[in-house]
Amino acid sequence: MKKIVICAGPTAVGKTSVLRHVIRKLLAKNIRVAYLKNDVQYATDAVVLAEEFGIPTATEYSGEFCPDHASVTTLYDHIRWAWSLGTEVFLVETAGLCLRCAPYALPEESLGIVVLEETSGIDLPFKIGPMLTLADVAMITKIDMVSPAEREIFLARTRKAAPNVRVLEVNAQAGIGIDPLVTRILNTPDLAENDFPTLRGHPPLGTCTVCSGERSMNPNRHRGVVAITGGGTRFSGQ
Amino acid sequence: MMDSIKTITVLGGRGKTGESEQVGTVTFRMGDVISIVGPTGSGKTTLINDIALFANKTTPSQRRLLINAASPPPEYGDDPSLNPIAMINQNTKIFLNAPVGVFLTLHAEVRHRGGEEIAHLVARTIDFANQLTGEPILLDRQTTELSGGQTRALLIADASVICNAPIVLLDEIENAGIDRAKAMELLRKSRKIYLFVTHDPTIALQSDLRIVMQNGTMAKVIHTSDAERKLSSGSLRRVDEALSALRNKIRDGETISSEELKGVL
Repeated sequence: MKKIVICAGPTAVGKTSVLRHVIRKLLAKNIRVAYLKNDVQYATDAVVLAEEFGIPTATEYSGEFCPDHASVTTLYDHIRWAWSLGTEVFLVETAGLCLRCAPYALPEESLGIVVLEETSGIDLPFKIGPMLTLADVAMITKIDMVSPAEREIFLARTRKAAPNVRVLEVNAQAGIGIDPLVTRILNTPDLAENDFPTLRGHPPLGTCTVCSGERSMNPNRHRGVVAITGGGTRFSGQ
Repeated sequence: MMDSIKTITVLGGRGKTGESEQVGTVTFRMGDVISIVGPTGSGKTTLINDIALFANKTTPSQRRLLINAASPPPEYGDDPSLNPIAMINQNTKIFLNAPVGVFLTLHAEVRHRGGEEIAHLVARTIDFANQLTGEPILLDRQTTELSGGQTRALLIADASVICNAPIVLLDEIENAGIDRAKAMELLRKSRKIYLFVTHDPTIALQSDLRIVMQNGTMAKVIHTSDAERKLSSGSLRRVDEALSALRNKIRDGETISSEELKGVL
């Protein structure tokens, strides 16, 4: 089994809390899990989860780059790292900033999860675009913080904004609602050996090769100043 | 489908420290009024949350909910318009920032099953809510500006009128200063299964049975005795009314004389 799960969502919605329960349930099934956190300049989750579960974890800082750029050009190396350790499910958490990109690889290559929180306002599902609409599963967290009426309105609006996405409500604090997500992960197709994954959606117009529409995650296909694994940059071009 | 709910059953799971529940199974019938009592932290809210989430060993308590003695269909949890359960939790704040009328309309559109016009449903909801509050809620006020008591009253009215579900779960209806006796009276006009999480003796003794919670488990089921019923409709009611009258006088800025409680003491 070699499965990639890419988890996105705005800051502080509970992505790591959702994945923590997923890790616990996967380990209980004797599945080998590794975890990667993509963030800008500060994140302690990889250290915390490594201590808590004793699983291999890594952090990739994008620094001056947008984290989606860095995740595109560095993911392949991290996948190789995860497979070299015998990983069966590789969980990748990415910091969401401008909410314009969707970091998911193609559906036949990965499972895309977006995490949203109840308290983020009823227009959020319509605002965030591809991060929601291109995901496979949307997890709505913090269901205990609002009234049931608000929950039902947020659920209905999320479904309306993304009719093809499976929407699940979770209380990530108590671990409620995680089981259907674990089932989806285990039903995700395996990533083929040595495959460079491909972005699911078209990135926005911009100046870097990712922003200009290059969806391949083969780092050699990216031009200009490119983020490299472990921090730092290289220049590719004339 | 919704009107055909006859019973709900909770199959016991385990408590906070892993012990099995003493009450292994409990069934409620259409029309039953149930109170859930116990010290704070004993798991009262967790029990009604398990019911609202259609627990199927999917929550930390490992409880299961059955409706009409069978596992509830997944649509109940997926589509609010099919959900036979309405819950009022302890929230006294609405995050969703919109005028009250817009908020109720949005929810009515989600819960609607055809028939009554949405505008009419919203009007009935606000009427219901305003029978429970001191100062009336206006449809054009922002939800975020409502007081704790007004929010509570609005959400109780929303669950009762807009959700119009056959199973209603209420978490500490006595809080936030709404007119509790009036709320009980209005709610009990419609025949449903009511579960009240409560610390209030009047509500507990008006129920058909009460579940006693302890350390996260259902420890005991007590059926209300005839003596308890007599008490709740007799002297307890007079004490309650006297306290209510006293509360209202203080609210209205009146002074209190030593004669006030003469009638009940």
